Amino acid sequence: MSTIYILWLRQIKRFSRSGIRILMGFVQPLVYMLALGYGLNSVFQQSGKGSYIQFIVPGIIVQTIMFTSMFWGANIIWDKQFGFLKETLVAPVSRMKIMFGSALGGATISLIQGIILFGISIVLGFRPYNWAYVPLAIVFMGMLSLAIVGFSAGIGAVVNDMQAFVAVNNFLLIPLFFLSSALFPLDNVPQVMKIIAYVNPISYAVDAIRFTLIHQTHFGLPTDFAVLCATLVVLMSFGSYRFKQIQA
Amino acid sequence: MQPIISVQHISKKFGEFTAVDNVSFEVQAGEIFAFLGPNGAGKSTTIKMLTTLLKPTSGELQLAGHNVTKEPNETRKVFGIVFQDASLDDELTAYENMQLHAVLYGLPKKETNSRIEEMLRLVDLWERQKAIVKTFSGGMKRRLEIARGLLHHPKVMFLDEPTLGLDAQTRNLLWNYIKELNAKEGMTIFFTTHYLGEAEAVAQRIAIIDHGKIVASGTSEELKQQTGTTNLEEAYLKLTGTQVRDETLDSAEGNRERFRSIMKNKQR
Repeated sequence: MSTIYILWLRQIKRFSRSGIRILMGFVQPLVYMLALGYGLNSVFQQSGKGSYIQFIVPGIIVQTIMFTSMFWGANIIWDKQFGFLKETLVAPVSRMKIMFGSALGGATISLIQGIILFGISIVLGFRPYNWAYVPLAIVFMGMLSLAIVGFSAGIGAVVNDMQAFVAVNNFLLIPLFFLSSALFPLDNVPQVMKIIAYVNPISYAVDAIRFTLIHQTHFGLPTDFAVLCATLVVLMSFGSYRFKQIQA
Repeated sequence: MQPIISVQHISKKFGEFTAVDNVSFEVQAGEIFAFLGPNGAGKSTTIKMLTTLLKPTSGELQLAGHNVTKEPNETRKVFGIVFQDASLDDELTAYENMQLHAVLYGLPKKETNSRIEEMLRLVDLWERQKAIVKTFSGGMKRRLEIARGLLHHPKVMFLDEPTLGLDAQTRNLLWNYIKELNAKEGMTIFFTTHYLGEAEAVAQRIAIIDHGKIVASGTSEELKQQTGTTNLEEAYLKLTGTQVRDETLDSAEGNRERFRSIMKNKQR
């Protein structure tokens, strides 16, 4: 337990000292929220779908979590290149614990970013449907954070070079985000888009958070929850497996 | 008496390439042992096998009574290591790095703070305990690594080129700590270096490895007698030849090299 705690704490300390990087993490989602949320609001409303800002906030929260979690894997590459990983690999603790403690730290960071963004959206005019559901939304945000951190740890374990890691991340993140239900309702989209969004687990995470925040759902909460759980298990297993394979 | 390190017929193959070829040697408890050889001779591979980072293809390794391959976790508790490259967390303070190590090695809570203080004082870094490691010079980082490696009372200390890139003053200081620990706590020291003068001055026994095989071992006197030379450097060159070795870098090391050269260019 204390091993997991100290490795979690390490991630939190590193994050809290990163200063400017914390702020930069909010620039992109804020631009999305302002440009899309306000820019497209009137068009969205005219088509009878209600407020676009309300609709898009859960999607933007998911985006923040996705990007922060995915780039967290860079820490693994960093630790490999600058040697700290060796310190943990010769220590008398299992690799599972090392991976799990660090991943929990990464997920906590993403979750904090997600919650802060939620706070900013309140300032910008977003109103949750029922505050009683907000804690449940935070649980889903936490699950998504941990799932993607697990995935990025796996990628970080396989890739050795930082540029390649950034390229792989962008290659994966952009389609996963844009081809999900984050930015538009799935009711009237072309069939191809629908199929892609249906096989994209991000759609279900967005849907779960959207349900708990604005009481709108496409798949229904039980389906969302089941897919989110499965995604978490699969991605964490992938991450742990890959992490175990790292050769010093 | 049973040797504290026992290496019996160890081989390590990477595909077709044999990095370590049927190597055997022993180190007695309390000894200062130097493991020398040109780049790519198999030094680091041997240390990685002894410290559980790599599994040997064949042969048997014993460290302080533990079978290294079969009981990696037991083995990990009894040795400390200072790697060739830094392995500190640069974003944490010196004290935090020590604390993390203490938890990973399960040091009792009551003992932790006093032990960290003792070790930081030993390497003269106690005053800088709250500084972020990023701000340390190369020599300070190396001293911190030594302090950290000693934290959990290891019986054997591995030092892989501990003085590489340090100035003469710092090198002298480091060897003084190490000799002091060896004398006071009877700690076994296993080190590699390219500075043969250091090996001659410090090591009680020496083994020389080349092309994955041990080519000679004994005290520095014995090696000189064997080769009919007057100092260890000559003996070493006679045994391993004067040809320069090219070592290929793996990708992680390649990245570090590239990063360092970028940083150097930036500083200019």
